[in-house]
Amino acid sequence: MHEAAIAQSLIEIIQQEMAKAKATRLLSATVVHGRLTNLVPEALSFAFEAMTMDTPLAGATLHLRQVPLVVRCFGCGEEFTPEDDNLLLMPCPKCGEEFGHTVVTGKELYLETIEAE
Amino acid sequence: MATEIPVVRNILEANDRIADQLRKLFAAHKVFVPNLISSPGAGKTTLLERTLTDLKGELRMAVIEGDVTTDNDARRVAATGAKAVQIETDGGCHLNGSMILEALASLDLSELDILFIENVGNLVCPVEFDLGEDCKVGLLSVTEGDDKPEKYPQLFTVGKAMVLNKVDLLPYVDFDVERATRGARALNPGLEVFSVSCRNGDGLGAWYDWLRAAVAAKKA
Repeated sequence: MHEAAIAQSLIEIIQQEMAKAKATRLLSATVVHGRLTNLVPEALSFAFEAMTMDTPLAGATLHLRQVPLVVRCFGCGEEFTPEDDNLLLMPCPKCGEEFGHTVVTGKELYLETIEAE
Repeated sequence: MATEIPVVRNILEANDRIADQLRKLFAAHKVFVPNLISSPGAGKTTLLERTLTDLKGELRMAVIEGDVTTDNDARRVAATGAKAVQIETDGGCHLNGSMILEALASLDLSELDILFIENVGNLVCPVEFDLGEDCKVGLLSVTEGDDKPEKYPQLFTVGKAMVLNKVDLLPYVDFDVERATRGARALNPGLEVFSVSCRNGDGLGAWYDWLRAAVAAKKA
């Protein structure tokens, strides 16, 4: 994952949303990231802090919420989260099928909400 | 007074908008665009040199080369006679949509059947940035270890094909082709796997057939 580029896009979106709401100071922002995006929270927080210094976004709290990987079994349709975070072998706990599962959640990367004044 | 503003906007939306434009351009010109992604040294440029040489005269091909610095790769590709456009990312670890848009200014899409994008050598960041390509192709060499699909699942989950390079070295390394294939197919059962050696040419025929079929499908 490329946290500095993500921070840059995130900041642009926040600035647009603050302008729409006529807000002048950002208090917090909540970012949702799926397990498969491999986002490193500390790296994004650091990039966000560094890039917002001396702007109306400075000092805001960045909330990062990870969404677990949930897949739907190719064999029986059971939805499950692979044990031990093992992405190589993910046997279905119900029928044992290992291949062809569909990703239900885990690919997300979006700004969910901001709090501003 | 503080207010909470619900947003729900994809963080990479600016890149995604450019990627949509690129996709329309490629579709209008019926050019097949694979995005080659691998770690440094897996053999992306060598695979391209072989492909551009062996299919010369049959398919019209060009390459967009992404590197952190130097135009070494573009010169290697240009030596085959194919058009190469170099993008130097100046430290950036991936190509993004606007870089491709800029590179297209030096290419005539109406004269092409395939436009290869050789991404910056990196198994992580390039995967996140949509370049409007038809598909991502992951390259893995047998000297890197058979656990790579497991350690870098994003690429092998979204890729359409995996090229396993340097198979001529299999007798000398502990690489389990079955394990790597299995790992890559866990989340991607339709993944095409090509075992090749760009050094001696083994297995390249199947890769070329796949490219021919993809070009035909794009033109249909």
